[in-house]
Amino acid sequence: MSNATLKELSARLAAKACSSVELAQDFINKINVLNKDLGCYVTVDAERTVAQAQAADARRAAGDAGVLTGVPLAHKDIFCAKGWRTTCGSKMLANFVAPYDAHVVERCDAAGMVTLGKTNMDEFAMGSSNETSFFGPVRNPWDRERVPGGSSGGSAAAVAARLAPAATGTDTGGSIRQPAALTGICGLKPTYGLVSRYGMIAFASSLDQAGPMARTAEDLGLLLNVMAGHDTRDSTSLERPAEDYNRDLAKPLKGLRVGLPKEFFAAGMTADVQKTIEAAIAEYRKLGATVVDISLPNMGLSVPVYYVLAPAEASSNLSRFDGVRYGHRAAEYTDLLDMYKRSRGEGFGAEVKRRILIGTYVLSHGYYDAYYIRAQKLRRLIAQDFAAAFKQCDVIMGPTSPTTAFKLGEKSSDPVQMYLSDIYTIAVNLAGLPGMSIPCGFDGSGLPVGLQIIGNYFDEARMLNVAHQYQLGTDWHQRAPQGAA
Amino acid sequence: MQWEVVIGLETHAQLSTVSKIFSGAPTAFGAEPNTQACGVDIALPGVLPVLNTGAVERAIRFGLAVGAAINSPSIFARKNYFYPDLPKGYQISQYERPIVEGGTLTIQVGDTAKTVRLTRAHLEEDAGKSLHEDFHGHTGIDLNRAGTPLLEIVSEPDMRSAEEAVAYAKALHALVRWIDVCDGNMQEGSFRCDANVSVRPVGAKEFGTRREIKNLNSFRFLQQAIEYEVRWQINELEDGRAIQQATVLFDPDSGETRMMRTKEDAHDYRYFPDPDLLPLEVTAERLEAVRAAMPPLPQERQEKFCHEYGLTPYDAGLLTASRELADYFESVVAGADAKTGKLCANWINGALSARLNEEGLEIAQTRVSATQLRGMVDRIADGTISGKIAKDIFDAIWAGEGDADAIIAAKGLKQISDSGEIEKIVDQVLAANAQQVADFRAGKEKAFNSLVGQVMKASRGKANPQQVNDILRRKLTP
Repeated sequence: MSNATLKELSARLAAKACSSVELAQDFINKINVLNKDLGCYVTVDAERTVAQAQAADARRAAGDAGVLTGVPLAHKDIFCAKGWRTTCGSKMLANFVAPYDAHVVERCDAAGMVTLGKTNMDEFAMGSSNETSFFGPVRNPWDRERVPGGSSGGSAAAVAARLAPAATGTDTGGSIRQPAALTGICGLKPTYGLVSRYGMIAFASSLDQAGPMARTAEDLGLLLNVMAGHDTRDSTSLERPAEDYNRDLAKPLKGLRVGLPKEFFAAGMTADVQKTIEAAIAEYRKLGATVVDISLPNMGLSVPVYYVLAPAEASSNLSRFDGVRYGHRAAEYTDLLDMYKRSRGEGFGAEVKRRILIGTYVLSHGYYDAYYIRAQKLRRLIAQDFAAAFKQCDVIMGPTSPTTAFKLGEKSSDPVQMYLSDIYTIAVNLAGLPGMSIPCGFDGSGLPVGLQIIGNYFDEARMLNVAHQYQLGTDWHQRAPQGAA
Repeated sequence: MQWEVVIGLETHAQLSTVSKIFSGAPTAFGAEPNTQACGVDIALPGVLPVLNTGAVERAIRFGLAVGAAINSPSIFARKNYFYPDLPKGYQISQYERPIVEGGTLTIQVGDTAKTVRLTRAHLEEDAGKSLHEDFHGHTGIDLNRAGTPLLEIVSEPDMRSAEEAVAYAKALHALVRWIDVCDGNMQEGSFRCDANVSVRPVGAKEFGTRREIKNLNSFRFLQQAIEYEVRWQINELEDGRAIQQATVLFDPDSGETRMMRTKEDAHDYRYFPDPDLLPLEVTAERLEAVRAAMPPLPQERQEKFCHEYGLTPYDAGLLTASRELADYFESVVAGADAKTGKLCANWINGALSARLNEEGLEIAQTRVSATQLRGMVDRIADGTISGKIAKDIFDAIWAGEGDADAIIAAKGLKQISDSGEIEKIVDQVLAANAQQVADFRAGKEKAFNSLVGQVMKASRGKANPQQVNDILRRKLTP
């Protein structure tokens, strides 16, 4: 059963072919066997999970079940879930039990979905390999010596390894799409503001966006239908009428204009990735799409711009972790300043400290204009590039990541190389656009390659349609790593 | 050398909203520690601020009242620093673009009116409180106050004396209460001032180096602190020492200011726009709605009082110290002519205000209702009682003995205006005081007053004083 999609599980539950409790127990058993090696989950709580499944079964018995009632999923450990330990991958919050639910968790719970556990992640979502987690790395189910990508590496690996049919993730610079690509699953980062950030531990507030991770485009749509929606508790949450993101799945792609930014294909990606992406584009031509050459002239600036703005916001967002009210506090200290220094020095890992330092520096008196203000101006230019591009095309396609999954430890000593993993994804966050990654083939070593699809604002339904039509004719998304299915 | 004092004030007015500026927790004062702090106030991981529109409306009201520009959009910014009673590690404030910019406030120092320019007023949240006592070497943190909405009102350095600074603070205090944006309770910290003080040689163009006195929560402390600081700065300069820019605290016990930190250890607050809050737009419609709901301002009512009842600007100023007082005056004076109006004003600014002061009461708690006061003033105006008798009647009304008419009747206090009766008393008095009559005739005017007193006394205060005067003078003048 663990190989089934959300849609299939929904159908089975509806047909009473299985109960939610049976389903949950199935996944729990599998997690108990595999998680030790893979490290996908940092917290599982079978008792809570089963209780939720029982409630879902009762709801179904009462005739009150929705599409996803009783269907299990995993939550990235960045989302506060009442009564669950919520660590954000950090020693700082290793013992923090959230007293409230994030909007996303609340919505999933309200839909009757069953939480299998909290998934591993880069510490405070800062990383592209899941190696910065205080709880140890996540291993890529396709090759356990390799990383699953990050920061939503635990969610991605759990879905790829069939330890969850779907999971929530967050994406600040590619943290849903890049791990989805590296583990051969689907991931969608919605338009900024579509999913409430309430209860999602902030990394870079103006870039953070939650989204679904699953094995098919259709499943992404089902989960996005649950996650999205206006929330007055997040001032950046957009007030829009509810929509069914799967409404256009069946539309033929004839006439679709696919933009290929020349900057994406100029250099940087490996030959295997390039070949695979080109094959995917060829498939789209077969489906009736036309290809348009476009340009995003300021694309090259997106990594430096991001590494000014995201650390700036992070340095401030992470100030609340001071050991005063909750979280890690040093055992011994001489005075207040010493308590801050030790608590934060001990509680944060190296990558988090690096970004706090960068962020503090760029916001400092005398440097603010040269870094922060300039980066904001460039951010607008990058957004304008996309606006111009979308006059010529309906969606933009390219690689999600320049490489397939790299080896554990391969880039962890070279932050700049690590940061370049997100070279194709970051601009999308800076512009606030929706972006997704779907599996589109494998490299010579049998590692999955992800195709990135970027849509215009609020064009999620069209993107899911574009991805779904591709998945009707290909089976990359159905491939499972050995021992998973 | 002659020195000129230069003062600018930064005032924190706590906005009178029921809930906090970015959360739904209540703002009420005096609750058990940490019982009025929700997840947003204690900065749990993942929580987000949501702007309280009531705080915005109050800021707009203030801006309109001082004739300022209302910026749209204004921008919320984070002011970053670490302190245990600042849960997020930053304070949400407004920095480069405040909601209110410019404006003026007119103050009255003695007989002179002066216009003080305002720089800006911006919305921000208050921090919690650190409690250093009762925790045996530890510090207690109470986050009830964290997130309380504040309007920080910044003046230009337009004040030239402690008196002017106090007059400004008082005028501002009266205004924020008048327009219902702040309860003005200084004991509870709802209205507190920081004073930027510097001195310079008279005639100098450049300002001297300023020191900022923090957190003055009474007008008396404001005055004392500035006076001390000015003396201290002048002494330093005259002794040849330069003033160092610094933040100081005023110690009410010693009456002195002492250094808290110098410019060197000033924080770099690393302000930047808060990405959790959208730029704050104020539409023209919203501005008009707030304007339409504004009460008439003190200035307008002062002008009306002067115009309709012939009051002096000084009296009108006293009567507009608060909206309640102005309303009280208006109900007392309703339908009166200028003469009665003036009498009403005198009684309110005189006896009533003295009495309220004495008993520490607000006008809302007066024991003499508007109708009662007017009833009494009418009896003075129509000659039924004298002003002197009226004082006793006022006291009787205050003591709950009823209306003026009832008290006059019950105590037989009706003024004697029958000239025959007064003449009889005058004759008796003149007969009994031959010496004083002789003195007066010898040119001693004082003796006349003494005779008036004797007549009034003989009538038990009831004789119409004007008539007594007239009759006496007629009888004494050959």
